[in-house]
Amino acid sequence: MKTNSKIPPGALAEKWTQYRGTMNLVAPNNKRRIDIIVVGTGLAGASAAATLGELGYNVKAFTFHDSPRRAHSIAAQGGINAAKNYQNDGDSVYRLFYDTIKGGDYRSREANVHRLAEVSVNIIDQAVAQGVPFAREYGGLLENRSFGGVQVSRTFYARGQTGQQLLLGAYQALARQIATGSVQMYNRHEMLDVVLVDGKARGIIARNLLTGELERHSAHCVVLATGGYGNVFYLSTNAMMCNVTAAWRTVRRGALMANPCFTQIHPTCIPVSGDYQSKLTLMSESLRNDGRVWVPKKLEDAKAIREGRKTALDIAEEDRDYYLERRYPAFGNLVPRDVASRAAKIVCDEGFGVNQSGLAVYMDFTSAIERYGKSEAHLKGLHDPDAATIRELGEKVIEAKYGNLFEMYEKITGQNPYKYPMMIYPAIHYTMGGIWVDYNLETNIPGLFALGECNFSDHGANRLGASALMQGLADGYFVIPYTIGQFLSGEIRTPKIDPTTAAFAEAEQNVRDRIEQLLSIKGNQSVESFHRRLGHIMWDYCGMSRSADGLQKARQMIRELREEFYKDLFVPGDNDEYNPELEKALRVADFLEMGELMIVDAFNRNESCGGHFREEYQTEDGEALRNDEEYTYVAAWEWQDLAKDPVLHKEELVFENVELKTRSYK
Amino acid sequence: MKLKLKIWRQKNKDAKGQFENYTIEANSHMSFLEMLDVLNEELIAKKEEPVAFEHDCREGICGTCSMVIDGQPHGPWEGTTTCQLHMRHYKDGDTIVVEPFRAKAFPVIKDLVVDRSAFDRIIEAGGFISVNTGQAQDANAIPIERDVALAAFDAATCIGCGACVAACPNASAMLFTSAKVSHLAMLPQGEVEAKQRVLNMVKQMDREGFGRCSNITACEAECPKGISIENIARMNREYLSASIGSDKSM
Ligand SMILES: Cc1cc2nc3c(=O)[nH]c(=O)nc-3n(C[C@H](O)[C@H](O)[C@H](O)COP(=O)(O)OP(=O)(O)OC[C@H]3O[C@@H](n4cnc5c(N)ncnc54)[C@H](O)[C@@H]3O)c2cc1C
Ligand code: SF4
Ligand code: FES
Repeated sequence: MKTNSKIPPGALAEKWTQYRGTMNLVAPNNKRRIDIIVVGTGLAGASAAATLGELGYNVKAFTFHDSPRRAHSIAAQGGINAAKNYQNDGDSVYRLFYDTIKGGDYRSREANVHRLAEVSVNIIDQAVAQGVPFAREYGGLLENRSFGGVQVSRTFYARGQTGQQLLLGAYQALARQIATGSVQMYNRHEMLDVVLVDGKARGIIARNLLTGELERHSAHCVVLATGGYGNVFYLSTNAMMCNVTAAWRTVRRGALMANPCFTQIHPTCIPVSGDYQSKLTLMSESLRNDGRVWVPKKLEDAKAIREGRKTALDIAEEDRDYYLERRYPAFGNLVPRDVASRAAKIVCDEGFGVNQSGLAVYMDFTSAIERYGKSEAHLKGLHDPDAATIRELGEKVIEAKYGNLFEMYEKITGQNPYKYPMMIYPAIHYTMGGIWVDYNLETNIPGLFALGECNFSDHGANRLGASALMQGLADGYFVIPYTIGQFLSGEIRTPKIDPTTAAFAEAEQNVRDRIEQLLSIKGNQSVESFHRRLGHIMWDYCGMSRSADGLQKARQMIRELREEFYKDLFVPGDNDEYNPELEKALRVADFLEMGELMIVDAFNRNESCGGHFREEYQTEDGEALRNDEEYTYVAAWEWQDLAKDPVLHKEELVFENVELKTRSYK
Repeated sequence: MKLKLKIWRQKNKDAKGQFENYTIEANSHMSFLEMLDVLNEELIAKKEEPVAFEHDCREGICGTCSMVIDGQPHGPWEGTTTCQLHMRHYKDGDTIVVEPFRAKAFPVIKDLVVDRSAFDRIIEAGGFISVNTGQAQDANAIPIERDVALAAFDAATCIGCGACVAACPNASAMLFTSAKVSHLAMLPQGEVEAKQRVLNMVKQMDREGFGRCSNITACEAECPKGISIENIARMNREYLSASIGSDKSM
């Protein structure tokens, strides 16, 4: 069986401790003889490479960035979860575990998630010891906030720059290992293939992005930490260079891709403003604590706004539809990401959208400004303050809470969000799906491991806010350093892997051929234009809502687009130079295949769960309808070749500790 | 709006570069980089080489985007990176001059792309706290005054973009280096190694060919993250006290 999860025996809460205590170890003198390749130096990769280097392995780390510090992890804003229970508000490892399983709509593995919750506490200790300047209270202890609709305050943060500070911590730990020589760093190197020798992952082919040279790198095993594939949608909140190539190339060599259709759409992003746009900006989820989301009740008002004849301020209170509060009275504006996103799409599809393109809703702070203003006035002993005073006092409170976000919004849109409500719309943000891994974070290819966003393991069908940073660092600092020993303890007699063998030559030739092929098309259309068209197909048919008909149509469209790509692409420049267009072309070529697999997966999953909403499977009032009988499994896909359908391998999910329930936010 | 662009083109690090002129139809909603994207699409359509420039997050946090716009690193708008600059600050008929960050320690790779790996080597020389994974004590074991934590955070927000170097007539990397030295030295966890750290980092900075600091303060003015030159003063103090007590290094 290809999907043996290798979950260790024992009670849920004891599995990890017991397993760690009985795992095979690699002695220090043997570690020095073992080479490990780590691809990716975001939170997951940098923490893994640094820790493996500290342990004494010879590590070679790769990133296509000019420095490890630039990985996409740097952009994470909100925070990182950990079950520290510093606030004494009833948090615990079990509660974090439970919230994550439930938030993932019961499509993740209990044992992995529990381990994640257990090691979450060590991450915070480690980060603080490295000098990560988390927010603190006046007493000097660490501060927490609640995030993403959970009932406890377990999120640690460093203003709106949590990802940056955590990545700098990991990057500095990595720099220290680079200085000692235990890690050899290859910046501006892009992995374009994995090399298997006798079925085991033994190396990679990397392109030096400055010279175009193809390099063979060998090692006893390969660890991927290459991030998510959200950019298959072209427009997303991901950094521009995020891509699926490293992961996809391992799939092409036999690794399984799990739940690729599980993608997360974040409800509060700045809407698309024009077709020249290449990137969307996230507005932190924390805004929904005080912002009320609405659209006009009357179609003619929405139309007038779109045509610039009216503004939000012209719409009377009774003519506004606070649709989240209306549909979900219990949670209101704080419903989870998937629910809020879908609701915005529905009102816009019905014609109530409020920007030129009709794809935007309002997020309005007027009520909060008034509420805070009144209470401030009261605190100051002002009786009967006038409306202007209340507003002014209220705006100050909002500024203290969200000043930097309001400023960022204004910088991008040129509109003052204190005066006019913000315009927001959902955007692709995160990919829960990824390379299939077992409990050891090892793929079905022996010696190939996957960490962080590029694996599928912990978030099921929907990720909770502040949990991706936690997972990346858990995998890199506290899981892989142990579990990699299970594989490597069997390799201590394996001599250095020889990169001159046929397997390396074949892989190198394969990459060379791909590059040659792309450069030789010499057609008329740019990489960017193909990527944009792919994004449109994915967003329209495999985005916020999906249907069997739409997915079938989309699959055909992608195939045609791919054909056109190989006929009419134009890539300027040559291979033997710094050539960003060629880099993009290689990535988009892989997105064009990955997109199709996502569609196949979405078509296969005849249920709605988490970020995957199938129109055919909803309740009478439009809520997601899960099918636990038939779909409580991980869909792990084996790639065949482009002419054949991928093969489905099911990993049944067994829930021994939690009861499967319907999520309700009514 | 119609704009004239004068952009530095340089095939590779050894080639001689020169300015080329372009005209472009931009709209005021675009960001500066989106305007360059449009230019590049036009060039590709004409089978010409697009302008190479670096970027990634496009929201002012990764430090990848660089370039000097009308003589200022990251352009005319205070406290922003190039990727956060928007075209509504320009008007029809404007001419914009775009060139790479210029410094001996940042050699040009192509067009507007430069090699900033010297910064990595400065960090490798000592910009860390020596603690292995798993060695940490409980995160709340050492309380840190809120003000100290905030000050350390302010120094830690440096994005490693290199605008400070590009802004400085001496191409000094003092602001970047001092931000890291300060961030770590202010925290109790980082204090232990403070002396050796500052000596090693400054030594590496000099080795990379960055210039001396002569208090011109252009770095602070151009820094998109508002890193203060107080950090330089703090580093100088740290350096002085470390060199007095040290017979190592130097
Ligand atoms: C705007 C935004 C805000 C977010 N905020 C939060 C938050 O508040 N809390 C939270 O928990 N999560 C948040 N997330 C999610 C989180 O940031 C990411 O999921 C996480 O950082 C991913 O880390 P990673 O290490 O897996 O991958 P990444 O950080 O994406 O790193 C990938 C690395 O792989 C390298 N790489 C990739 N392919 C190759 C290749 N072929 N060859 C060589 N190198 C390669 C890259 O160079 C890079 O070093 C946010 C995401 C976004 C987009
Ligand atoms: S100090 Fe400022 S200008 Fe210099 S690298 Fe850091 S953020 Fe950039
Ligand atoms: S592109 Fe990341 S800071 Fe500009």
